Amino acid sequence: MSGHVAPKTMYYFVFAALIVGTGLTVLVAFFDLGVFNNILMLSIACAKALLVILFFMHVRWSSRLTWLVVASGFFWLIILFGITMTDYLTRGMVPGTPR
Amino acid sequence: MSDAPPRYHPPPVAIHPEGHAPTPHHPWLQHHFDSMEQQAEASTLGMWVFLVTEIMFFGGLFMAYLVYRHQSPMGFQEASHHLNIYWGAANTAILIVSSLTMALAVRAAQTSQPAKVQVRWLLATIFFGLCFLGIKAIEYTDKFRDHIVPGAHFQWEGLYPKPAEQFYSLYFAMTGLHALHMIIGIGIMAVIAFLASRKTFDSDYYTPVEVAGLYWHFVDIVWIYLFPLLYLIGRHYTPGGH
Repeated sequence: MSGHVAPKTMYYFVFAALIVGTGLTVLVAFFDLGVFNNILMLSIACAKALLVILFFMHVRWSSRLTWLVVASGFFWLIILFGITMTDYLTRGMVPGTPR
Repeated sequence: MSDAPPRYHPPPVAIHPEGHAPTPHHPWLQHHFDSMEQQAEASTLGMWVFLVTEIMFFGGLFMAYLVYRHQSPMGFQEASHHLNIYWGAANTAILIVSSLTMALAVRAAQTSQPAKVQVRWLLATIFFGLCFLGIKAIEYTDKFRDHIVPGAHFQWEGLYPKPAEQFYSLYFAMTGLHALHMIIGIGIMAVIAFLASRKTFDSDYYTPVEVAGLYWHFVDIVWIYLFPLLYLIGRHYTPGGH
């Protein structure tokens, strides 16, 4: 028995991409880009996390069931952030409601 | 790949004398599983279920961060400005290197590399984990020295002392919890390295290395988000605002 064996070069490529991503976020942070600071920073973080999950954690070659469990975790996280922020972001929008 | 080093477990082993497992099987196969593949799949899936609970666990803290930052964006930027971006970036790089050595440790077990090679990658992972904690210790020391640890002795010179204290409460809660995970991870790696040195893992059986690896990479992912959210948001902050 043996799961998918990825070539060593793949691990080095993913590693290089992660380091480049880190350098990029640090670089971007030194410039004031308004909202794009946050957007870029989080996009790069998500891309890095995705690389780690798919390749280092072998989800790319895992069963459908594993895919489903992993995705459900992040799906629930989005529900947590999404529903909570619909409250905080809209406070005071309707006249007469508390801020 | 294969200049095929010898496997450690010549499967299958004989039937147990007591006769409770009627067919010959691999020594590490537990009897409630049909095959090594099924056993590995169950372990991996179980680990992922645990990691999902960890996502929700850290998720609560990220949620708190989001709410408080939303309430005082400038305060958070001012507070973040005090963190040392270079220590943070160095630690990010160190963790990524440790993730690479971890992935290579799993691969070494998966391809039946000699025990020595497996142990070497695992020790490298432990080493980088310790480096990370060392840098974290330096940073924490600075915070105590500068009186920006939330509590009775918290002092803040800037414009937003209250949000700054909230920021540093979250900073210590999140990085502290992350560091605790690192400490546990290093303990796990020590056990796995010990088992590897006893020639436990080869291409037929390497699930413990794989599963420990999942945990290690997960802790890396948490840091991938903590680093920008804590260290980078205040880089271009100028007192007095935009």
